[in-house]
Amino acid sequence: MSPATRVEARPLPAALPAPAPLSWAWVGVVPFFVFALMFLIVPTSFLAVGSFQDPEGRFTLRNLADLFTPSILSSYAISLKVSAASAIGGAVLGFLLAWAAILGGLPRAIRPALLTFSGVASNFAGVPLAFAFLATLGRTGLVTALLVNVFGVNIYRAGFNLLSFWGLALTYMYFQIPLMVLIMAPALDGLRREWREAAANLGASAWEYWRRVALPILWPTLLGTSLLLFANAFGAVATAYALTGSSLNIVTILLYAQIRGDVLHNQNLGYALALGMIVITGLSNAAYIWLRGRSERWLR
Amino acid sequence: MAFLEIDGVQKRFALTTAVEDFRLDVERGEFVSFLGPSGCGKTTTLRMIAGFESPTAGRIRIDGVDVTHRAPNRRNVGMVFQSYALFPNMTVADNVGFGLRVARRPAREIRQRVEEMLALIKLPDLGSRYPYQLSGGQQQRVALARALAIRPQVLLLDEPLSALDAKIRVSLRTEIRGIQRELGITTIYVTHDQEEALSMSDRIVVMSQGRIEQIGTPFEIYNFPRTAFVASFVGTLNILSGRVEDPARGAILVDGQPILAAAGLEGARAGEARLIALRPESVTLDGATADGQNRLAGTVEDVHFLGSVVRIRIRFREHAVWLDTFNNPRLAPPARGEPVTVCFAREAVLVLESPPGG
Amino acid sequence: MRRASLRAWLVLLLGALYFVVPLVGTFEFSLRYRRGVYSFEAYRIVLADPRFQATFGYSTALALATIVVGVVLVVPTAYWIQLRLPRLRPVVEFITLLPLVIPAIVLVFGYLRIYNSSSWLPLTASEATTDLLLMFSYVALSLPYMYRAVDTGLRAIDVRTLTEAAQSLGAGWRTILLRVIFPGVRVAVLSGAFLTFAIVIGEFTMASLLDRPAFGPYLQLIGANRAYEPAALAVIAFAVTWACMAVIQLMARRAPGQVAGGR
Repeated sequence: MSPATRVEARPLPAALPAPAPLSWAWVGVVPFFVFALMFLIVPTSFLAVGSFQDPEGRFTLRNLADLFTPSILSSYAISLKVSAASAIGGAVLGFLLAWAAILGGLPRAIRPALLTFSGVASNFAGVPLAFAFLATLGRTGLVTALLVNVFGVNIYRAGFNLLSFWGLALTYMYFQIPLMVLIMAPALDGLRREWREAAANLGASAWEYWRRVALPILWPTLLGTSLLLFANAFGAVATAYALTGSSLNIVTILLYAQIRGDVLHNQNLGYALALGMIVITGLSNAAYIWLRGRSERWLR
Repeated sequence: MAFLEIDGVQKRFALTTAVEDFRLDVERGEFVSFLGPSGCGKTTTLRMIAGFESPTAGRIRIDGVDVTHRAPNRRNVGMVFQSYALFPNMTVADNVGFGLRVARRPAREIRQRVEEMLALIKLPDLGSRYPYQLSGGQQQRVALARALAIRPQVLLLDEPLSALDAKIRVSLRTEIRGIQRELGITTIYVTHDQEEALSMSDRIVVMSQGRIEQIGTPFEIYNFPRTAFVASFVGTLNILSGRVEDPARGAILVDGQPILAAAGLEGARAGEARLIALRPESVTLDGATADGQNRLAGTVEDVHFLGSVVRIRIRFREHAVWLDTFNNPRLAPPARGEPVTVCFAREAVLVLESPPGG
Repeated sequence: MRRASLRAWLVLLLGALYFVVPLVGTFEFSLRYRRGVYSFEAYRIVLADPRFQATFGYSTALALATIVVGVVLVVPTAYWIQLRLPRLRPVVEFITLLPLVIPAIVLVFGYLRIYNSSSWLPLTASEATTDLLLMFSYVALSLPYMYRAVDTGLRAIDVRTLTEAAQSLGAGWRTILLRVIFPGVRVAVLSGAFLTFAIVIGEFTMASLLDRPAFGPYLQLIGANRAYEPAALAVIAFAVTWACMAVIQLMARRAPGQVAGGR
């Protein structure tokens, strides 16, 4: 282009931002990162680092070793068992419920109703949930009384107790199942009708379709969400506190007591306890994300 | 007895009738297309043959066996879907072998058959790839291989090429027809693309609003359309309205100019309005004329040079007509505004049903 | 699968039973205050309790503060990430995932050790600063939901084009954020806000360990000492959660030009 044909351009208005990377954008996100540092990263790191220190601040692995004492180990064991039980129960029942609403041929209105209810129920956890189950399955609860009066069955005499491992798992499922429904519903939507038809066309029965096509496609999501449910239950404390108090010695209750009153008589051991929790929930969530990525790659 | 008999099939839903009185006999090894606009019922009929929909009336027989209400997984028909429907969690080889695995064939047989199929669709090295790693055209070929692997009696294709780009569509349809001929498999092909139907089929079933408009070979459908719908849906058509002058002679007035139709005006009365249709390639410019031809005088409105074909638009008083002529380097196309006369044979005049209102 | 299978109905029935019966049971239990007759006495006692009013008011105020801070923190960040800093997106998304991975009890443990009276930022020194700390804890808890809601909302309104249009008309950044972006994600922000409200109202762990008079610890206290009032409180809590979700759904339907993010 010759100089003679170059057009004189007016100077750009000052409102347009400079093209350099050090622009307003960086300033704009600083508060977020400061917040993240102060209230997410630093506190967690502090605990993680502290678990490798002794009271004088020297590096030690003693705290981690001390985690393997019988009482703390049994505490982790109970937590793992309750979380696993409520996760598996929640996963299976949640999957069935999602299947029924989306693929079961039920009236159309059931699906949005179920999803809305799941949205609410997945947030209905903690103290009120414990109260609800106490009022229903406690010693003087509605269902307990109904079973005695109508069917002559006394579940408490038969050995059931809400304030126990199974009672807690049952209560946890009240928010585990909805969470599973909320995550499985879009996944089930992703099962295209043509796959079902193609499978039938090639000779597969309904059972064979599920066995060879649908479940293999869904298993990363199923497994991943189960792990998510597991981590969810592992970190919960309010429901347990309100329901079983300190009678069921899960890790979160132990940690609660430790924070309140240093029951372990060793601050750094408390940090180690927290670190153990983070490792378990962190691994579960990482596995969930990895599995989700895998299934997304197939379904691209 | 034909190989595939569709006998008076009807599909009625709560508020609409999707397919009404569908009758068709397909011979073994024949390639038949169902052609029509969306909503005409062609896919519904195909799905009834496959077993995904149940007819509300009528019967479907394959090789003499009544399969009307048989479950879709017991019909031994192979279906290729518009969206390929390959199982995303399986490799190409596993997809192709799926039907054989379900039938519990021995592993060696499955492996052999899969290799055979992959060679047939000319993708022998892609067995271990996953669907998401393939292009659209490749996926569709795999879908075809998967449907053929089980040696179906009938092959059903539901608009298999409409999700692909134009170039691939052309090459793939030649390939599909080639494979079909090689295997001699009875095939039903649903499409809304008339070029596909015309170029691939032994016979075409033109459908509209749930009913069959016409069944015939591509030659018959194109040159002798029986209804206005078929005439306008298949190929481009010039439609002119005229007033009958003398039904005995076949005389009809178009834009005040008289033309003669070889057939189609029997039973009409003088003064009645009629629609006539002309194919662009049956109309020529006055330069290449013969005796006994119809003539209409008009002006050149537009000229499109398409390479081997030159498409000219001629305007008469009330109508305009498209005319196709082969490119001739020694004869320049007419200029816009030039007065010309167009000619067409009496046999080229297609008389359609009277327009609504007479 | 169009025919409704018996299995599906059975599953639905059992599911409905499991979820509805506890709610019914709680409600029934809450009506039993007066021996022999159903009455709302328990509710009357609860609602008249000055501690109920104080703690509910406290939690509500805290929730509102959390929402405001959360919005101010999240909206500009989500905006800048989408517009200018897409490479930081994975980092930011990882950060918003942290509150879901790290249990709340661990977070508050960390706060207590770092921000106690002998640290460089003694947030637990006075009641007011502890309130501040609790509010920040709640911002952290609601961060994943708020961010996801706003991010989805921003993506739906095509931020880049709107910004360029505003710029070509002479608007500066503050104007763009205040007049163009914030209104555009109003529904998403509101849905995030109601979710936050539901979370904060019922939260127990952090409030109790930081020893603040929030609704959660109050609930637990009543539960430890009384019989029928806890059931009434549970019904009220469920009703509040339900109301929040219902409002979110309503907004999502009434404003088709916006997207209510979150779940």
